[in-house]
Amino acid sequence: MIFTLAFRNLFHDRVRLMVTLVGILFSIVLVAVQLGLYLGASRMITANIDHADAELWIMPFGAKSFEDGGLLMGARERHQALATPGVERVTPIVVRFSEWRKPAGGSTRVVVIGSDAEEGALLPLNLETGSWDDIKAPSAIAVDKTYLKDLGVEAIGDTAQINAGRVKITALTSGVRSFTQSPYVYMPLARGRQLVGAAGSDLATFQLVKLYPGADVEKVRNDLLNRLEGAEVLTTAEFRQRSLRQWLFRTGAGVALIGGALLGILVGTVIVAQTLYSSTKDHINEFATLRALGSSSGYIHKVILTQAGLSAVFGYVLGMLLALLVVLASQSTPLPIVMTPSLAAGLFSVTLFMCAISAISAIVKVTKIDPATVFSR
Amino acid sequence: MTHEAVLSAKDIVKELGQGAGKVMALKGVDLKLVPGELTLLMGPSGSGKTTLLSILGCILQPTSGELVVDGQSTDGLDPEELAALRREHIGFIFQSYNLFPTLSALENVRIALDVRGQKGYEAAKRSEEVLRQVGLGHRLRNFPGNLSGGEQQRVAVARAIVSSPSIVLADEPTAALDGENGNAVMELLARIAHEQQRSVLAVTHDPRTLPYADRVVRIEDGLIVGEERRPEGLDAPEITDLTKRRKAHA
Repeated sequence: MIFTLAFRNLFHDRVRLMVTLVGILFSIVLVAVQLGLYLGASRMITANIDHADAELWIMPFGAKSFEDGGLLMGARERHQALATPGVERVTPIVVRFSEWRKPAGGSTRVVVIGSDAEEGALLPLNLETGSWDDIKAPSAIAVDKTYLKDLGVEAIGDTAQINAGRVKITALTSGVRSFTQSPYVYMPLARGRQLVGAAGSDLATFQLVKLYPGADVEKVRNDLLNRLEGAEVLTTAEFRQRSLRQWLFRTGAGVALIGGALLGILVGTVIVAQTLYSSTKDHINEFATLRALGSSSGYIHKVILTQAGLSAVFGYVLGMLLALLVVLASQSTPLPIVMTPSLAAGLFSVTLFMCAISAISAIVKVTKIDPATVFSR
Repeated sequence: MTHEAVLSAKDIVKELGQGAGKVMALKGVDLKLVPGELTLLMGPSGSGKTTLLSILGCILQPTSGELVVDGQSTDGLDPEELAALRREHIGFIFQSYNLFPTLSALENVRIALDVRGQKGYEAAKRSEEVLRQVGLGHRLRNFPGNLSGGEQQRVAVARAIVSSPSIVLADEPTAALDGENGNAVMELLARIAHEQQRSVLAVTHDPRTLPYADRVVRIEDGLIVGEERRPEGLDAPEITDLTKRRKAHA
């Protein structure tokens, strides 16, 4: 009967129900978009780190993120690392912001990633057209097809210039977007060094350390720290966190996204609270009758909480449908929104929590019911 | 015929309001309700009828005095304990029926069992059975908005008795009904008292209810000022007659 009463109370006033559902719906869409953007941004920021085949990253002190590794390191660190027990392989890569000069004039910033795939370091993500062999050809590079227009080119075979070097697009990646909006340009290590002004040197931005199976990551890291001077050694997870902190929190972008999500939760809570309160007020005589009939206050609280739960379920279903449409529409934009099963489940929990919190004002109202009012109607 | 009281109120005092607005609504009321008896509580407006009903129904706590319901004193009980006492022993009938407009007749009766933790098929069966007893077997699925006043009050009566309480308290049960429906409801209350051996107390202004009463208690200005009882026996005169005779004698 609790469910029946809650359901009927809710559907009794259809206009108010619509207002509630619209409130929850927009709240969910707002939270889903904000958190989906946050998740999408996080994935963009860490995509290359996650894709690299390495357990440890050696980098100069002060490296802020994958894109902003700071000063280039020499080969000494690589040799010292190779001599460390447990280390199977150490692969240098070059990552650096550079200037892309468009064929028709003008320029834009790109991130040069020089890496030798044969060394097992960092392959271009999601190669859709072309292969690593195509990228190894003279002047060859791979870029993401999403950014062709931004780069002032149209297709494979087009040429441009990075800093002072000529480059030719020979392969295309798909869905490899950059949080900084500076497209990633993949190429072999030697060409990368050449384009960032370190031609013929052993310099690198990062040394990617692959360990032997079963090696103790923490022990190897400590050994490396003892051997290396002037360099940091981070695990992949730590480097991910550092990159996320740099782009999402030091720039304020993540704070804005999380703030937007919190605002969505707040707006939803207020709307549901207002509706539940007015519904409870409208049905106050019925709750007083229940109390006079001997119901415990817990029984009445359950009716209100069930109303809140039903609002949450209906609002969530509608909100998620709209949110999925927004997610779908965002896939071709530079900042696609990500929706995962765990985010969807999390949103459902947030909605239930939001509606449960909203029920507090109604419960406080009903707690003050004087059952004697049943005689004064 | 003597019965042990199922409800006993002794020297009940109730003060309402505070400071200068304080009113003594009840000034020391003694009342006992026994099973198998329909008692009418009559008195003018403001005499304390509803306040007394609220106290007897464990909705209000008296300022002083003692109320014992089925052997249990209400002294010092908190609102939840009083609610539990109402659940166990008392059924209510209200002047405005107080039915849930979004629930059908059957559901309105079932909810009284639901708050007592009785659910499922048995509760539905019991509710249907009681609605048939009050003559509403054909109106089970109807919502209050589709029922006449008399039918709504009969649903309220069914709700009050579905859990087999020892005490049924009714607040002006015929006030919103026409003569025919009022009589039907009073007949029902008398049957509940006599056939099911419950103690029924009805607060009323309505003189049409007198023929159904076993006892009439009169309250004025917060005090019980008189009590009349129908003499036992099949040909016993109704209380209305006694009242007329008393007035004539006076």
